[in-house]
Amino acid sequence: MAADARSEILSAIRSANRGATDLTHAELDYAEIPRDYTRHAGLSRDETIALLTERLVDYNAHVFPCGADQLPSAIREALQQHGASHVLIPGDFPRNLLPDGVDVTSDTNLAPAELDRFDAAVTLCTLAVAETGTLVLQGLAGQGRRAATLVPDLHVCVLRVEDIVNTVPEAFDRLASTARRPLTFVSGPSATADIEMTRIKGVHGPRQLYILLVQSLI
Amino acid sequence: MSGPKSALSQPKLDPRTAPAFPKAAHNLLRDAQLRKNVHHATSVIQNKRARVVSELPDWEQLRVAGQRIREHTMAHLDAYLEQFEQNCTRAGGIVHWARNAEEARQIVVHLAQQAIQENAQPAPEILKIKSMTTEEIGLNGALEAAGIRPYETDLAELIIQLGHDKPSHIVVPALHKNRQQIHEIFRREMNLPNLGSSPEDLADAARLFLREKFLRVATAISGANFLIAETGGVCIVESEGNGRMCLTLPRTLITVAGIDKVIPRFRDLEVFLQLLPRSATGERMNPYNSIWTGVYENDGPRSFHVVLMDNARTSVLADSEGRQTLNCIRCGACQNICPVYRETGGHAYGSVYAGPIGAILTPQLQQMEHARSLPYASSLCGACYEVCPVRINIPEILVHLRHRVVQHDSKGFGALRPEPIAMKVMSRIFQSESRFRAAQRLARNADRPLARKDKTGKPWIHWLPGMLGGWTQSRDLQALPDQTFREWWEQRNRAEAKTNTSAGGTNGG
Repeated sequence: MAADARSEILSAIRSANRGATDLTHAELDYAEIPRDYTRHAGLSRDETIALLTERLVDYNAHVFPCGADQLPSAIREALQQHGASHVLIPGDFPRNLLPDGVDVTSDTNLAPAELDRFDAAVTLCTLAVAETGTLVLQGLAGQGRRAATLVPDLHVCVLRVEDIVNTVPEAFDRLASTARRPLTFVSGPSATADIEMTRIKGVHGPRQLYILLVQSLI
Repeated sequence: MSGPKSALSQPKLDPRTAPAFPKAAHNLLRDAQLRKNVHHATSVIQNKRARVVSELPDWEQLRVAGQRIREHTMAHLDAYLEQFEQNCTRAGGIVHWARNAEEARQIVVHLAQQAIQENAQPAPEILKIKSMTTEEIGLNGALEAAGIRPYETDLAELIIQLGHDKPSHIVVPALHKNRQQIHEIFRREMNLPNLGSSPEDLADAARLFLREKFLRVATAISGANFLIAETGGVCIVESEGNGRMCLTLPRTLITVAGIDKVIPRFRDLEVFLQLLPRSATGERMNPYNSIWTGVYENDGPRSFHVVLMDNARTSVLADSEGRQTLNCIRCGACQNICPVYRETGGHAYGSVYAGPIGAILTPQLQQMEHARSLPYASSLCGACYEVCPVRINIPEILVHLRHRVVQHDSKGFGALRPEPIAMKVMSRIFQSESRFRAAQRLARNADRPLARKDKTGKPWIHWLPGMLGGWTQSRDLQALPDQTFREWWEQRNRAEAKTNTSAGGTNGG
């Protein structure tokens, strides 16, 4: 049955398109798609940081710039502001970035109900897009699996200044080689516009998003 | 606040049984609250869209790229679907094919039953992410018939499900409900007598109501925004995090997607993830986008199925003019701007796809006789074409479909219907000057008994008999003047000739 449906659909497509796809021709045709849109925005480093900050604040996220040596205390402050005492970190999160005396738990593939007991998750991310105020996580080192940054109500995300790109195409250039990773784009805290089309913060994902913007990590 | 229960609260969104657009619209236009809600919501979203679109100097270039990528995909759809299947399978996904809605429902219900058993779920329940494709095939009804309880997790879909309502917009399905109405539904259905009515209170209520289900239910069903042929990945765009919950917490995920959802390569998302959020919700980027490829060890579902569904999309592809409909990325911008949709709301279209895109999509996905009034549900003003992020020429397709309605009606005995006969007669009349003049004289005499003079003495017709009555249903017709332009012109020439010969050309200068 299933195999039948497959060949029937494919042959219906081929007859609608007057023949099967010639892959060489498809390749050439794809290359001819005009892509005159902006790839790079000529912004200085400072302008890029300012734009990203403006976008994130517009989404109701909190942005704290800090030096690498100040990071542990910035993490502590973010957790304290939210009154978070049960803190989850990815198993491979660099311990040296964590403040002393804060009780953290490594995510060891906890079940959904167990994840729900945490107030906060602290992670790294791959990059951020200034134009759209977007953080990208891929489950790489220190970023955790997708559920870990979703279930706790506070997400504290460490972002290196050098990982900020200006435009969406620049982000895709950087992500191309790891396209098969589980990707999550986060643009602000969880929100909805389903009630009278007005964006309000906080439905199912983290209702608080803190971005710690560090000059450079060692 | 919410008016008395009427037939409106149970709209039929099955084009095979729904009333024709003019009839449904006529009823809905009397619902002042609904019109107010739709007007308000679409105005807010239109303004937001206009603002964020004007921020991008390269918007037109993005639209052209989006259009060309979609056209290219459709022209090579067989190869890209095969490529998607191959790459998704390689990454641990299981791909199924469904020719029509019936087949898709069977496959999904079977997979859901299997998953519920494998995951040893204590109750036959599944989670759902908002998906217009599953609305198109009436999946919830089929699941319920099989004893499976679907929980809609998108806020708008939850409002629809709890309110026993139907979606009226492809992005914001509960756009026709205002906050007081939503408050009433939640208070009643979630049993929360003290629920506050601010949007934040309502969002909190949804969070509490669903959180426990997210943590418990091990099977989820989703739609898809994009299928990536190059990687076998799937992309879902959302706001609330309900999507992420369904994509990462359950052990089994079943994705249902139309075959039109495929895009060639990963990098093509750099275009669509700019076009879609700005067009759909007027945001620079919506809060969450998820892109995943197959299954991962220790991250997300252990078993992942994709159901690729045709359901008449291949016959749309076979129509050289109609096929651009398949380029649609379901942003809803055409609905928000449409002067017709803004008056009637979505339910009048008798389909889950309302507004301009629904007016072209529904008649093509269904047989024409089930949606023959929809190509006429438009003033052809072209606003939809202007806002479409992939430049679908909706007015052109509407005219094309109107032509198909006429062709369909003129076949066989259809040619004996009054309208085609009247059109034939009109064409004969317009071919000859003498016939045209005779017809004008005849019409002038015929309309005289129907005309009534207004205060200024101008004759108006308020009512026309039979088929012509459509014209005077919502406006008056000015009676034909006593003299046509030609008659006046000829008379004037004759009179002038007379004065010229008698007075000798005073008209110099």
